[in-house]
Amino acid sequence: MHAIKTVELVKQYKNITAVDKLDLEIREGELFSLLGVNGAGKTTTIKMLSCLTMPTDGDAVVGGYSITKESEQVKRLIGVSPQETAVAPNLSVKENLELICGIHGFSKEKTKLKIREFSERFGLDTVLQRKAGKLSGGYARRVSIAMALISEPQILFLDEPTLGLDVIARHELWETISSLKGNVTIILTTHYMEEAEALSDRIGIMKNGKLLAQGTVKELNERAGTNDFEATFVSIVKEGAV
Amino acid sequence: MRMMTFAKRCTKEILRDPINLGFGLGFPLVLLLLLSALQTNIPVSLFEIDTLTPGITVFGLSFVTLFSATLVAKDRESALLQRLYTTPLTYFDFIMGYMLPLLPIALGQTLICYLVAIPLGLTLSVNIVYAVIGMIPMVVFNISLGLLCGSVLGVKQVGGICGALLTNLSAWLSGVWFDLSLVGGFFEKIANALPFVHAVEMEKALFSGNFDLVAAHVLPILLYSVTITAIAMLCFLRQMKKQ
Repeated sequence: MHAIKTVELVKQYKNITAVDKLDLEIREGELFSLLGVNGAGKTTTIKMLSCLTMPTDGDAVVGGYSITKESEQVKRLIGVSPQETAVAPNLSVKENLELICGIHGFSKEKTKLKIREFSERFGLDTVLQRKAGKLSGGYARRVSIAMALISEPQILFLDEPTLGLDVIARHELWETISSLKGNVTIILTTHYMEEAEALSDRIGIMKNGKLLAQGTVKELNERAGTNDFEATFVSIVKEGAV
Repeated sequence: MRMMTFAKRCTKEILRDPINLGFGLGFPLVLLLLLSALQTNIPVSLFEIDTLTPGITVFGLSFVTLFSATLVAKDRESALLQRLYTTPLTYFDFIMGYMLPLLPIALGQTLICYLVAIPLGLTLSVNIVYAVIGMIPMVVFNISLGLLCGSVLGVKQVGGICGALLTNLSAWLSGVWFDLSLVGGFFEKIANALPFVHAVEMEKALFSGNFDLVAAHVLPILLYSVTITAIAMLCFLRQMKKQ
């Protein structure tokens, strides 16, 4: 069963084709990473799949619903952690989590339980009452991801979740993301090869809006004839003169 | 439920910003105190408290526009709004969520101005209640104008346009500081074509109990209120779709 299936998905901005006839299939419970250099179309793809922007052409089915015709249903199934930390700065961490629970119609009891569960799971106990705008980068990113997950999404979009984090914070976040694998379908974009290698079940490599290759790390390495994934990435991107 | 959750969040964001509160409530009150003190020391009747207070309440609403515009512009520039657009919140939830919290804040600001003016010599009457309630169409105009500016401008531009230009416009063209007929001509025509002077005159009429004068002033305010609200909604929807 596919969690996401795109059919010739296109996004055109005036003269620029940000995503060009993208055909992608992501299985339920899979962690799929989208890699590519800047301007490859990763974030635009996530924006379309999360109903933030309408495709110019083509369609995608997310959790069984069309992003062009059934965006309301899609929005009930997904959680999104945007590239920048997306928190309400004057609200405490607890209030930020309550905000998302309220938007998704959780009861007071369920909200309490969820906040307890997520503060433990994401190590937020000590900062629960602090204003989100005053948190360190690592904590703010954890809150941002917790906000994306607390609504119990079937599909989670993580757009460069570890961007700007130090090594320790990045590894802690990797552990958190790994713990979600299997229960939630995760679509992750990243510029860090080691991140994609460590976390992904499968990887898609994009360039100029097109999908150049997809597969497991092993399959992609075999295709490029190397054992080093960074070399594989460089080889596929250079070879794919789209 | 969803809309109220978002509205609650907007209320917290506004009330937890000390600069917002300081300017929005403090500045009109400081002006009220200064000008009434000035009146006691000048021989002519320029800033009589019974006519000054309704004018100050209208001037104070320009800060509500600033709150509204700043909140929307800040949200647009942060990734929070992007996140919220991917949730089940609808376009209507966003509009009402931004507008509703500012309504009681603006009416509270108006009421406080009247209450502070009582010890300064303002005639205490039930008409204060009518004057506060009568302010609702002008409050909606100011909130919507903020929503409109916040939907098309950035945070810095909002500070310039709503913080400096609009507060000055609403002050000079409302007839609070001087009788517009003294200037006359084009200036008076422009002032009469805008809602500020009508809001001040309506407030004065409600406060003094001259209710027969209200209709002539409330109509242009309602017209502006409905038009600006409609344009604000369109602009918000446009920027929402531009994501």
